[in-house]
Amino acid sequence: MFSKSTHDIAASFSRRGVLAATAGLMLGLASLTGAKAADDTIKVGVLHSLSGTMAISETTLKDTILFLIDEQNKKGGVLGKKLEAVVVDPASNWPLFAEKARELITKDKVSVVFGCWTSVSRKSVLPVFKELNNILFYPVQYEGEESERNVFYTGAAPNQQAIPAVDYLMKDEKVKRWVLAGTDYVYPRTTNKILEAYLKSKGVAQEDIMINYTPFGHSDWQTIVADIKKFGSAGKKTAVVSTINGDANVPFYKELGNQGIKAKDIPVVAFSVGEEELAGIDTKPLLGHLAAWNYFQSIKSPENEKFIKAWQAYTKNPKRVTNDPMEAHVIGFDMWVKAVEKVKSTDPDKVIDALPGIEAKNLTGGTSKMLPNHHITKPVFIGEIKANGQFDVVWKTPGLVAGDAWSKELDGSKDLIGDWVGKKCGNFNTKTNKCLGSGS
Amino acid sequence: MPAHLSARLCSLALSFFLIAFALPALAGPFEDAVAKFANDDYSDTDEAIGVVASSGNPLAFPIISALQDGRLMADPDSKKVYVTGTDGKSIDAVTGQPVATVPDSASAVRLNNRLRRSVDAAIGSLTLQSPDVGTRLQAAQSVFKSHEETALEAVDGALAKETNKSVKAALGDARAAILLFKPDATEVEKLEAVATLKARGDQEALALLTGMGDQPASVTKAAASAIGSIQNSLAIWSMVQNAWYGLSLGSVLLLAAIGLAITFGVMGVINMAHGEMVMIGAYTTFVVQEVIRTRYPGLFDYSLLIAVPLAFVVAGAIGVLIERSIIRFLYGRPLETLLATWGLSLVLQQAVRTMFGPTNREVGNPSWMSGAFELGQITITYNRLWILVFTLAVFAILLAMLRYTALGLEMRAVTQNRRMAASMGIATSRVDALTFGLGSGIAGIAGVALSQIDNVSPNLGQSYIIDSFMVVVFGGVGNLWGTLVGAFTLGIANKFLEPVAGAVLGKIAILVLIILFIQKRPRGLFALKGRAVEA
Repeated sequence: MFSKSTHDIAASFSRRGVLAATAGLMLGLASLTGAKAADDTIKVGVLHSLSGTMAISETTLKDTILFLIDEQNKKGGVLGKKLEAVVVDPASNWPLFAEKARELITKDKVSVVFGCWTSVSRKSVLPVFKELNNILFYPVQYEGEESERNVFYTGAAPNQQAIPAVDYLMKDEKVKRWVLAGTDYVYPRTTNKILEAYLKSKGVAQEDIMINYTPFGHSDWQTIVADIKKFGSAGKKTAVVSTINGDANVPFYKELGNQGIKAKDIPVVAFSVGEEELAGIDTKPLLGHLAAWNYFQSIKSPENEKFIKAWQAYTKNPKRVTNDPMEAHVIGFDMWVKAVEKVKSTDPDKVIDALPGIEAKNLTGGTSKMLPNHHITKPVFIGEIKANGQFDVVWKTPGLVAGDAWSKELDGSKDLIGDWVGKKCGNFNTKTNKCLGSGS
Repeated sequence: MPAHLSARLCSLALSFFLIAFALPALAGPFEDAVAKFANDDYSDTDEAIGVVASSGNPLAFPIISALQDGRLMADPDSKKVYVTGTDGKSIDAVTGQPVATVPDSASAVRLNNRLRRSVDAAIGSLTLQSPDVGTRLQAAQSVFKSHEETALEAVDGALAKETNKSVKAALGDARAAILLFKPDATEVEKLEAVATLKARGDQEALALLTGMGDQPASVTKAAASAIGSIQNSLAIWSMVQNAWYGLSLGSVLLLAAIGLAITFGVMGVINMAHGEMVMIGAYTTFVVQEVIRTRYPGLFDYSLLIAVPLAFVVAGAIGVLIERSIIRFLYGRPLETLLATWGLSLVLQQAVRTMFGPTNREVGNPSWMSGAFELGQITITYNRLWILVFTLAVFAILLAMLRYTALGLEMRAVTQNRRMAASMGIATSRVDALTFGLGSGIAGIAGVALSQIDNVSPNLGQSYIIDSFMVVVFGGVGNLWGTLVGAFTLGIANKFLEPVAGAVLGKIAILVLIILFIQKRPRGLFALKGRAVEA
């Protein structure tokens, strides 16, 4: 009896499976024919995780690109053609990023891709973009040490976020002792290496630097927070520089708050905590902790106010926040449109050559420029967390900071530059006058 | 005519007021300092705080405390500064006269961390003689923290009048801290200060002693011995602290695993969707808090108590549904169960992601779950303490249920020998469904507690599933006590390893140890014995 009934179930399941497969096939066919009919559009690939761990951050960026395309199409598109977004979901799965990138370029024939968040996903798609010669706009702050011909880095390099933040703490808060706390992967490890070298060059002793790594999604911060407290009671002003990633931040800040460490005692400056992340936290215990970014939603400028209004109207959510990587996509998208219009073509080779030198307004009232090393110029802001989940800007760089592809603080990279205009090279050694080959 | 007259009177009165206010304020240091608040410059604000606090003006305290709460409004155009009271009424910060409305161009004076420290120090020295004991204690503590030389007179004054024992001790500490850093204090005073701090013996005293800079030789020597003795006692306390952290981590592991100890341990279902039941419990808490926030804000402190039964019912009902629709067809086929429940976990995650969005949802801590208290030299946070208590309570209730209720008896009977139980007239499939529902419901309850210390996001469950399986397997499948001992052992071992090896290596070391242990004892710490094992 039992076995028979399960067999029936299995049979009906497989029938359903066949049905679903047929439906899927038909859908696929429909989308294929749809693609043929829409030959007069320019396709823009969107490669952001919509499921899995990184969906928390990347979904917003997908929406941002859809929003920007919508706005551009209202203005008549580009080169007289409408833009069409092709959205894929790499599901926070790094090898899948490469597969989906290949699919976007070869099957959907996109002219440009906006995507990736984690460095490991970027590294995973690099060979695909090089092999198939397409363009990737990467919108997130990252560890640097890379300059690829096919990639345009619109997020901050370490000298556009980490170093100014440390400078602020050193000068304004008179910090003498440093905790570099991060999640255990490439971005925090490289950033902390750069920061450690920078701090030592400023005369900070080894015993005044504590480096701590935790696994992804770490949730029990009791020991580490107690350690930080202990480290901070050596009679010198102490600060925490946090490259703790994503989800682990909430329990970290909660533990800090519960153990009574206030920002005025030991401030924490974070490089991965923005408006979007704060939207899920009770911000009361975080008051006064810092974040360093190139954009804050609270910055008053006509461009920013216009953007926030249009974004909230587009998402039909008057509380929807904006954040730094979104601004990076806004700048990158604008630059790409300008470059395409300049060369009157979406051919990747022509657009790649046209992009350096292109200028686009950023949302904080300045004009960012694409540099020969494929990074851009950006202002740097330090903001304090306010009770409403927004930031109060307490400091900013006097002008725009040019992004360094290669850190000047590290022995291995201080002589390297990326220059895709004059030298046609991503890692040109200025001492030996030689190009070392690939740019990462 | 009368109307005309009254209008004129009004305008006369108005112009009189205007003149009164337009009169240049008597320029003194206090007035100048207050005007500086309107410059929106952190250095100017810092200077103003110092001058206002030491001015002796009766308005000093209202101004500084308004600054602390963001109620000090400054108009950058007219350079006028207003204090808005907690009742919404405003006064002019220089004259103390009430004003009808604060101009729209005025905005709250901004603070950064450096200024917040100055404000704390200023408030401390201003409230040392407050009638309220709590305020005085806080004041003494903030003076201890800032140990500004200027506060010495105020501390001495307060010490002479103080009658409360703990405030007196705090004032003594503050005085010692000030003297230690006062360049012209005598050697005797400094030696006394070192002795006071040594007696205090906590990390803050240690911080002061290590950071005191150049001192006479005798003081340096006394300080060195004080530092040594404080460090020794702190080292012992840090062992106690590790043990407490271990218990706390163990309680979280136990809470997450206890539901799995039923579904996997007792029933033998490899339930990869267990973590998602925890997540559903956490989201139930979120929904409860949302409703409370919008409709009954007064009930917020009870939100968790309301969420616990609801989470049990929601997660339990989903559990029963899963058992009836999927798992019952897969009994005895562990591999298929694993794949089916794994797929189910992805479906549940994506469903929650679609319904609530991919970003974290805010679950607040009720007041009784926030903050910490000091026990000797260790800090015990309330949320961890309550979670430990809650976990033990859940464990005890579950144990009692299995042992003393009819349902518990049936559950044990069915899991030990299904056919025998069936022939005794027990509806085994109903018991299966209820057992799975019970395990899922308890996972849901765990979600309520975990929402207090972790993110409420669709990924919440994933971070606990591995740990939960580890605990159940390590403790011994099918034995609730094994799960308890397993969870606390792993928690404590982890917390003693973490300071030595770091969080990443510590976790790896624990995994390696468990693998080795399982090689030696495949059935875990407390293996079930007897014929039931083979069934």
